[in-house]
Amino acid sequence: MTEPSAPSDEELLDKFQRAAFGYFLEQFNPDNGLVADTSRTGAPSSIAVVGFALSCYPVGVERGWMARADAAERTLVTLRFFWDSRQSEQPDATGYKGFYYHFLDLKTGKRVWQSELSLIDTTLLLAGVLAASVYFNEDTASENEIRERAHAIYRRVDWQWACGGEATVRQGWKPGSGFLHYGWEGYSEATILYVLGLASPTHPLPENSFMGWTATYQWENIYGYDLLYAGPLFIHHFSQAWIDFVGIRDSFMREKGSDYFENSRRATYVQREYARRNPYGFEGYGKDCWGITANDGPGFKTLKIDGRERRFLGYAARGVPYGTDDGTIGPCAAVGSLPFAPELALSALRHFCARYPEMIQESRLPSGFNPTLPGGGPSGWISEGYFGLDQGLVVLMIENYRSQMIWKLMRRCPYIGSGLRRAGFTGGWVS
Amino acid sequence: MDKYNLVIIGAGPAGLVAARAAAALGAKVALIERNLIGGDCLNVGCVPSKAIIRTSRLYADMRDAENFGAQVPISVDVDFPAAMERMRRLRSRISRTDSARRLSAEGVDMYFGSACFAGPNAVAVDKTVLHFRKALIATGARPKTPAIPGLAETGYLTNENVFDLTERPRRMLVIGGGPLGCELAQAFCRLGVQVIIAQDDPMFLPKEERDAAQILSDALARDGVEIHLNAKVVAVRMEGGKKVADLVGDGNEFSIFVDEILTGIGRAPNVGGMNLAAAGVRYDLETGILVNDFLQTTNARIYAAGDVCLMHKFTHTADASARIAVQNALFLGRKRLSALTIPWCTYTDPEIAHVGLYVREAWEKAIPVKTFTILMHDVDRAVTDGEEEGFVKIHVREGTDRILGATVVASHAGEMINGLSLAIGSGIGLRALARVIHSYPTQAQAIKMAADAYNRTRLTPTLKSLAKRWLAW
Repeated sequence: MTEPSAPSDEELLDKFQRAAFGYFLEQFNPDNGLVADTSRTGAPSSIAVVGFALSCYPVGVERGWMARADAAERTLVTLRFFWDSRQSEQPDATGYKGFYYHFLDLKTGKRVWQSELSLIDTTLLLAGVLAASVYFNEDTASENEIRERAHAIYRRVDWQWACGGEATVRQGWKPGSGFLHYGWEGYSEATILYVLGLASPTHPLPENSFMGWTATYQWENIYGYDLLYAGPLFIHHFSQAWIDFVGIRDSFMREKGSDYFENSRRATYVQREYARRNPYGFEGYGKDCWGITANDGPGFKTLKIDGRERRFLGYAARGVPYGTDDGTIGPCAAVGSLPFAPELALSALRHFCARYPEMIQESRLPSGFNPTLPGGGPSGWISEGYFGLDQGLVVLMIENYRSQMIWKLMRRCPYIGSGLRRAGFTGGWVS
Repeated sequence: MDKYNLVIIGAGPAGLVAARAAAALGAKVALIERNLIGGDCLNVGCVPSKAIIRTSRLYADMRDAENFGAQVPISVDVDFPAAMERMRRLRSRISRTDSARRLSAEGVDMYFGSACFAGPNAVAVDKTVLHFRKALIATGARPKTPAIPGLAETGYLTNENVFDLTERPRRMLVIGGGPLGCELAQAFCRLGVQVIIAQDDPMFLPKEERDAAQILSDALARDGVEIHLNAKVVAVRMEGGKKVADLVGDGNEFSIFVDEILTGIGRAPNVGGMNLAAAGVRYDLETGILVNDFLQTTNARIYAAGDVCLMHKFTHTADASARIAVQNALFLGRKRLSALTIPWCTYTDPEIAHVGLYVREAWEKAIPVKTFTILMHDVDRAVTDGEEEGFVKIHVREGTDRILGATVVASHAGEMINGLSLAIGSGIGLRALARVIHSYPTQAQAIKMAADAYNRTRLTPTLKSLAKRWLAW
């Protein structure tokens, strides 16, 4: 009897991508288009996850997993909800000034958990809205309405207000207390926020806001790699899930002779190198087992394991080599690096499949697992259910690796091009 | 009556250094102090805080003994009074160096009392009037008081009285996440106090770089400090014999019950009560006495040094500024304050030390920067010491080896930063540092590793190819 041959890269990726895509079919509310933040019972909707969902539907159509009419219908329900829902300063509204609250009740669409009016999560929602506006380009009633509503939603956003009188954007706002006090210093996932904010034809960000933000960057040499450092891997992924940064450079990257795509590649290598060195002796870490990012964790607790005190976190931003690390691996983040360092990401995915099969159910990857914290198998603790952000990232990044479809799609979005140019990007496809 | 060459107001670090230096050079010197010799640093600052930090580190190590392959009793009981008693004993021992008798023996005339200018070249100490050719104001600073309704009535601690504690408070709220707040929050937590820290900012040590502040935040959390960032204390009151602080953070209101409240929100210069107007010395209540780069006040005969006039309120800065002031005042010197390379350190665990420019400051000056980062977990001695948390970051001007600044986060960052201060102050670049043999194994070897990392970037593909060709024999 012969052993079944290992699936090819293409077969493997297709299987995982389709499984991740399934999340958005399962967690979709047909009444308002909202998608649950996680698959856990009672989870609210996250507007960022809706943004990923809107971007995934075109992938589903092109891959033959969904009819175009079905995708258009889902998209339209979603856009109608976001255009028609209440925008006001009231604490139970859906949004204000064109932005939306981070978490919404899956059924009613009203703000929950006293969440903040989130600028970055609204941005990820808008990225999906704009992806839909470009993809659904046929002259039909529903696709015409998609384009019309998408542009209206984008144009309503008041980016100028979001600066709160400062040179750069604030992180968020809450009714009653106003803008959040959090600093947003250093490289982060906000590049796409500035691009969309600068491109707004109605209430654009000030021209110098992007430069103001990049002035807080640090160009570092770590483990022999020169890069714009950020600890959590998702920071190197989120903007690039939509925007193709290959060969285009802003003023900072021109000075450094690099670009953001190359930067994400180096960041992936730094993650792998950290896991290989494994300075804190976490179980499982190695050259094919990495992916330290913002994700679900075992919960906030301190335990003594094998004579060593280990402090675990719940959902938290983990980052290496000098951020917070509790031994929790985000397998979706490793897959998210596929376009930048496919040789590393594919090895990691195959390793996860071979070493931690119990962590993967029906080809879907959990938000996190932690082999250091003993569980039912080699994976140790495994995050319950699935998170929409992770599944969305897997769908988009596998697609960008396979066909560059989302990147090509967004190149056709006029706001992306103009926002990049206003941010000072030149070269490659923006010239 | 003979005029003094130099009358110094304040016998803190700046005043003492100036008095000794001037007297040693033969000047006739008077030193006026209204309180204790030694100033804040000795009595209510660096010295007592470092003493209790040392004890608290020991307790932390004992709790962590298993990680060091050691065994300790199952429970470690903190003897808080003993820790405080040790601190007072050490403070007393160090204070002997600066006794009035020793100063007199060194040629310094000591006057105890409040100083008040009687004109542009005279100062009165109670009823004694001292005439001077030059004067130095070195009156230091005092803790700022937060304007929180109810705080004064309820009572609170500052660095001026926290070291008087003899019994361990059960719960303590620390207001302010600057160096003092963070150091004492961690130290008291390790000494068994349930500490809550509230910082009206998104991160601790807001002047330091983000990554350093994040490591500190994680370290405090790991020690068990309850952290409230972006949280403002809006009112304080008594309830059932407890102090209650009302806080607002991210739009949420909540209250905390504690036994003691410690505030550490910064320091205000001591400029009051000296009749500075009579001497023609201008000042600002927030920033202190106005001085030029030569530390000269608006009265050309009068200089200032230390916390009363400087932005960087550190003992070593007070010392350095006092030396500049003496030289400029008595010997026609033209030494500039701006020429100083000033390092500083927050003595938490890990310590956070910095010298020179931050990256954002270099950007503001349009200087392109590249940072060489070495993780402490890659430094052998840090590994063997079980002190792997942190990093050494050395910022150089892009394309050169010129060191612009550095941040060190490490258990002994305060010791390590001195080598980098020397390098910056002496114009020593990373290439030269790479040639300096560092003893092995030491944690300071991280600096050599950063220099080596710089050298590796000089190995361009062309050079590599040439070397390969050369070695092909």
